[in-house]
Amino acid sequence: MSSPTSTSDATGTGAALAGTGGFLGRSRRGWLLVGLGLVLALALPWFVYPPVAMDIACWALFAVALDLLLGYAGLLSFGHAAFWGGSAYVAGLAAIEWGLPFPLAALLGAVFAMALAWPVGVLSVRRSGIYFAMVTLAFAQMLFFVVNQWRGLTGGENGLQGVPAHFFGVEAVEDQAFYFYYAALPIIVAGMWFAWRVVHSPFGRVLVATRDNPARARALGYDVERYRVLVFVLSAGLAGLAGGIFAISHGFVSLQEVAWQTSGKVVLITVLGGIGTLWGGIAGAVVIVLLEDFLASSGFDGIGIITGAVFIVVVLLFRRGVWGTLSDLLGRRTGRSHAVERSISAGDGEEPTA
Amino acid sequence: MTPPDPRPVALSARGLTKDFRGFRAVKDVDLDVVDGEVHALVGPNGAGKTTLFNLLTGFIPPTAGTITVHGRDITGRTPEQIAHEGVARSFQITSLFDHLNPREHVELALQGMAGGGLRFWRSDSVLRRFRGRAEELVEEVGLADLVERPAGELAYGQKRALEMALVLALDPKVMLLDEPTAGMGREDVDRTIALVRRIATGRTVVFVDHNMHVVGSLADHVTVLMAGEVLARGTYDEVRTDERVITAYLGEDSHA
Ligand SMILES: Nc1ncnc2c1ncn2[C@@H]1O[C@H](COP(=O)(O)OP(=O)(O)O)[C@@H](O)[C@H]1O
Ligand SMILES: [Mg+2]
Repeated sequence: MSSPTSTSDATGTGAALAGTGGFLGRSRRGWLLVGLGLVLALALPWFVYPPVAMDIACWALFAVALDLLLGYAGLLSFGHAAFWGGSAYVAGLAAIEWGLPFPLAALLGAVFAMALAWPVGVLSVRRSGIYFAMVTLAFAQMLFFVVNQWRGLTGGENGLQGVPAHFFGVEAVEDQAFYFYYAALPIIVAGMWFAWRVVHSPFGRVLVATRDNPARARALGYDVERYRVLVFVLSAGLAGLAGGIFAISHGFVSLQEVAWQTSGKVVLITVLGGIGTLWGGIAGAVVIVLLEDFLASSGFDGIGIITGAVFIVVVLLFRRGVWGTLSDLLGRRTGRSHAVERSISAGDGEEPTA
Repeated sequence: MTPPDPRPVALSARGLTKDFRGFRAVKDVDLDVVDGEVHALVGPNGAGKTTLFNLLTGFIPPTAGTITVHGRDITGRTPEQIAHEGVARSFQITSLFDHLNPREHVELALQGMAGGGLRFWRSDSVLRRFRGRAEELVEEVGLADLVERPAGELAYGQKRALEMALVLALDPKVMLLDEPTAGMGREDVDRTIALVRRIATGRTVVFVDHNMHVVGSLADHVTVLMAGEVLARGTYDEVRTDERVITAYLGEDSHA
């Protein structure tokens, strides 16, 4: 079979895609940025309500996971709630039924998400662009249906209540959001480090090549679909890790976690932050979670309208997202990592479903 | 026309046909490229030359027909499998990664053949082991001064040269070059002719070109394609004086 695809325009955000240079090069500046990020992450629960800080961290990892797929492989998944939410249920059940410590429960959830992602990836990477988004959405909706129906296990519309946060008997962590945050942060950071590792690996190089010019990557001997399946699975694993921690930090798993709105929200956060940089997802999560929290606590009930409006304004004014624009202003980017114009040769290696 | 060549056939097609929604772009093409020869594929625009390349390299599946490489049937293989069979191609429309520099391009191609691209847990500094070879190849095609320049910023002729470096990096037994000199100035054309001549030793080359100077200088054999069909084949001189070819090309000229 051969269905060479012109993925890069998959995202519709076209020119915003950068090369691999976006997320800290190996410069001193890059390490400085990481240090600053870590300090801010450590200080966060002193400035915002700890559960909100935890939400920011979880959504940030979720967005980084999506960016791995969207920004570096050019694949827009509209079904990532399946991995975040699927893992949330598995982690929640593992904590309730087996009393697993929360890091292990979240890890188990992540493994489940990857196992789920593998067949979904195999079936969906054959499509690109909007079709890929649709196929992933369809799978996520199937999972939603199963979770909603299987009341005995999942609690149906009520979700899973009373999920305990076990942490080797350390009561401060188990009972107080403030300490839980510090216990969970290393896992979140490790997940982000993993994403960075993937981007700056031989695999990451090939991935960007398959995004920019899949036909050429094939001609160089790369099985593009294998690369796409693998990044899809890795991305799902990180999304699952984030979802598992999120669920346990809340003490319950809601049906919302597997709903399409959750898939939409992570796409919004990632695109808002700026894709193809990894940092973008973090910036987007800070903005959106804080904004939603502010609106919710001020009793405003049109949150969707405001976040949607912010999204539109950012995407129209700053085409490369919050992070892309910030780093432009700071002059970090060289011409090299600037908007990549892809040159997928029309006609060459493109098969219009003959 | 020509006496049968005793050398083995490197690349062969039988009854190759491609329909695009009812439009037959390639019709029942038989092609035999002898091992070690340089074979030109000529014909007016729209004759089906690029489509034939796409068929031979697995980018599009044939409607009918078979393809063999050194006697092995490769019909229905994917482009990446065919690349691993030792058949490499260049693209008519320059097809590069704009943010990568020439050395990184060639490193990527070398890794494509060597394997190891799936190692997501390793640092990309492992690609350094390809650096020496990559720089050699970049130099070979005359881009030594531009190893660090992103491909998006290269001039047209330089991009075509980089295309050649990528094909070479695969160290193929059979190379398919789609219009390697299109849009080049005289000097670059001559440089490319010299390059193809150099790399053709020990390899089989099939190339498409509209420049008869290039075809005349390089080709051992020529196949003329017209409206998807083989119109003539033979040596350059045989084809050049073929009545049908002259008529076809004159007909083409009178349209222009
Ligand atoms: N993917 C495609 N879908 C439909 N028609 C195509 C496709 N690719 C090529 N063609 C048609 O096939 C014919 C041959 O094209 P091509 O192989 O590019 O010619 P050449 O390379 O000889 O100039 C042209 O009429 C072209 O329009
Ligand atoms: Mg052509």
